[in-house]
Amino acid sequence: MRREPIRVAIIGAGIIGASISRVLSMFEDFEVILVEKEADVGWGVSKANTGIIHAGYDDEPELYPLRAKLCVRGNEIWRKWADELDIPVRWCGSLALAFNEDEVNILKTLLSRGLRNGVSGLKIVEAEDIKALEPNASRDAVAALWAPTAGQISPWDAVIALVENSVANGVKLYLSTEVKGIRIKDGKILGLETNRGFLRADWVINASGIYADKIAEMVGIRGYRIRPRKGEYIIFDKEAEPKVTRVLFPTPTPISKGVVVTTTVDGNLMIGPSAEDLNEDLREERSNTKSGLDYVWASASKLVDRLPSKSMIIRFFAGLRPEPTGGDFIVRGYDEVYGFIDAAGMRSPGLTAAPAVAHMVSEILRSLIDRELKRKDSWNPYRKRMIRFSELTHSERSALISKDPRYGRIVCVDEMVTEMEVIEAIKRGATTIDGIKFRTRACMGKCQGSSCMHKIALILSRELGIPLWRVSVKGPGTEIGIGDIKVLFEEGDQCGRCRET
Amino acid sequence: MREMQRDLTIIGGGPAGLAAAIKAWKLGIESITLIDESERLGGVLPQCIHTGFGLHYFGEDLTGPEFAARLIGRLKETDVEVLGGAYAAEINVKPDSFKEVYGYRYGEAFKIKSKAIIYAAGCRERTRFEAGILGERPSGVYTAGEAQTLMDIYGILPGKEIVIVGSGDVGLIMARRFALEGAKVKGVIEIMPYPGGLIRNIVQCLEDFGIPLYLSHAVAEVKGSRRVESVKVMKVDGNLKPIGPGFEIKCDAVILAVGLRPRIELLARAGALIDDATGGPIVNDWLETSIPGVFAAGNVLVVNDLVDYAAEQGERAAESAFKLISEGDLTRSGAKPLIRGRNVRLIVPQLVSCLQDVVFYGRVSAPEENVAIRFEEIGKIFRLPAVRPPEMFRVKVPASDLLRLRCEKLTVNVMRLEA
Repeated sequence: MRREPIRVAIIGAGIIGASISRVLSMFEDFEVILVEKEADVGWGVSKANTGIIHAGYDDEPELYPLRAKLCVRGNEIWRKWADELDIPVRWCGSLALAFNEDEVNILKTLLSRGLRNGVSGLKIVEAEDIKALEPNASRDAVAALWAPTAGQISPWDAVIALVENSVANGVKLYLSTEVKGIRIKDGKILGLETNRGFLRADWVINASGIYADKIAEMVGIRGYRIRPRKGEYIIFDKEAEPKVTRVLFPTPTPISKGVVVTTTVDGNLMIGPSAEDLNEDLREERSNTKSGLDYVWASASKLVDRLPSKSMIIRFFAGLRPEPTGGDFIVRGYDEVYGFIDAAGMRSPGLTAAPAVAHMVSEILRSLIDRELKRKDSWNPYRKRMIRFSELTHSERSALISKDPRYGRIVCVDEMVTEMEVIEAIKRGATTIDGIKFRTRACMGKCQGSSCMHKIALILSRELGIPLWRVSVKGPGTEIGIGDIKVLFEEGDQCGRCRET
Repeated sequence: MREMQRDLTIIGGGPAGLAAAIKAWKLGIESITLIDESERLGGVLPQCIHTGFGLHYFGEDLTGPEFAARLIGRLKETDVEVLGGAYAAEINVKPDSFKEVYGYRYGEAFKIKSKAIIYAAGCRERTRFEAGILGERPSGVYTAGEAQTLMDIYGILPGKEIVIVGSGDVGLIMARRFALEGAKVKGVIEIMPYPGGLIRNIVQCLEDFGIPLYLSHAVAEVKGSRRVESVKVMKVDGNLKPIGPGFEIKCDAVILAVGLRPRIELLARAGALIDDATGGPIVNDWLETSIPGVFAAGNVLVVNDLVDYAAEQGERAAESAFKLISEGDLTRSGAKPLIRGRNVRLIVPQLVSCLQDVVFYGRVSAPEENVAIRFEEIGKIFRLPAVRPPEMFRVKVPASDLLRLRCEKLTVNVMRLEA
């Protein structure tokens, strides 16, 4: 006899929510809805971080048991997931550099902690070995902790892949859907009140990143707070040299892993993040500051012999990390509210831990509903990423153009992105300029979109059947225009000299 | 893949590329292909719906679309093949001195093998990141050209309360353009103590519309999490460092006119040497890059302030390509480097053979009055009433003067003259 499926609502389509939705989509027992307030997935904490899959030696198991356990486990699972989901990842290893005896001693502590956490391949290497592993590492480094299992992933590609795979396996995605409240009756969860109406749910999983404590408050859980910690980053042009082949860390301090020098999977050198604890109310504060960027530059300069010239910087940005009370991840159910599970406080190494967090949430859910889960026979573990025209050879490109002429039309000059890729991104769910950008890399080059944004907007306008000016960068309120060129005249809304005074 | 063999390939269909194609055809180069990224020829001109184009080249004051239309009309009278919507992905120089251009367009991949290339891909706009404008990264921040495309090609209005960053001609013209549609232009912010554009544009674009110009001010910060809400403006000192508490200007669009950069990526990847001062390729007096047979013209060579100069450079490159194609070679031996002396920020060409007349285009670093451009080693002097960084100087040095050069370099100085 078929059992009634349990309806699970996951709040937040970031790396945590998307990982959970993928894992839950494996089981026949669940009907999963993934609810996201932004117009696309992965636009919160997930899109603005360093993209490192950490080895797992940083986190003290006594102080932060979940971080310590889930990081190492997550690192292992990512190897399989990246493969199944065709997510760009580079298993390049990391070096934490020490510049004096005190730092070497800290590395020794990290080495033994890493061994306890179950990290494989860790060792302390001397100066000449550092240079062999990373020619651009600072010649002043006296030793380094070499962690060969560390990697570099594209965090937004990861979220997109997880969500695509989840949806292919039956998960329903609700974008631009903001949770305003959680309806509870007699201690039992009924569903989500959202800006787009009521969504029925038996279980709610809180993966809402920087707002997790606010969501928890909706069911009366006030045991923790999330404090935003801002990190600023600098990105260099793809052609900027020298790059690094490994992830370079300084010796960490008790509060932060420090400013990193790394090369993204797309081939851009990136430095950051700074670490600035913000007031609890500043959850949308992602400004770049002189002090933040200067700090990033100065810190990164110490790790390498040479950084590229500042004229090769193409973008800076900032992201927020959700720092929970107590510092450890919060992954648990509650006796007080049956039906609510937290997957919160996913500060670093949240990205690394995400797959392990997802399995842990699934296990918590299974034990709380107290039944054996049945796997779907039809569950498909695979997903293919989009074609990247720029990564192909001339003859491969030529063959693609023969298949569809629209592959011949380049819309983003810097990143060689074709019209067909934009159309494919729209088919896969992009509805905004940023949605196209994160799926295709259009607008991520030198010009940062100034010469191609309108071409992408034209395609979005045509494919979505909306007026050009209504095409938005990242959803409502971010449209590329305020209307037709004569809108001020037509609406009598002149604010210039045509108004009588 | 469609393979073609041509005498000359021109990359870029803006004023420099169009003028080059027309000239090359007139000189007698038989097989010419011009490729352009856009389906529409003219480069940036079709969206420049103001006047100020063509006084030198056509002897008339034309609008951008008019200037482009005239060149396109002349091109139509030739047999030059035009590939529109075509993207050049790679330039490959073969040992037999043929050059291959690999590219793509709707429905086809192509390879053009030719004896010479004129590279006229124009420039791109500097971004807020390159200009170091801090703060948040909301929507509503546009480069001037981007805003102009949206308004005058696609007919949409980016915003109604506007702050313009940069008082170069592009910024001034966009200030007026917004005002003409009834938008409130709240100010033009210029970091330098003097305006970046022509005086006539200060009058006609700002003063006539009551738009304030803030000299020695910089936009320190953009505010607004989704859509821009305001900018923080700071006064700057003589070293361009922000001073004082600053003030906020509310706005829903920020328009950046903070400079242009030659689009040299394809050339650089093919091995062309780049001049840090111009941001464009280093060329000799044939306007030939360090890759023999590859010429550069227009804003990819040096960011011009007059379209007329871009067209002139296109013609010059066409003459050189013709000579190379018809005679098999160019006289390049003995080319001597130009040395940028006092108050010379950039100069093109960067190498001279001293065997032919040369038109030099240059810019100064600081404004000065009553000066002379002096070509030191040959004692050649051009008197000018004033020089300003935003205004390019153009001087023609005849071969007879250059022949006098006995050293291995030619130094250019801006000299102050006694009043």
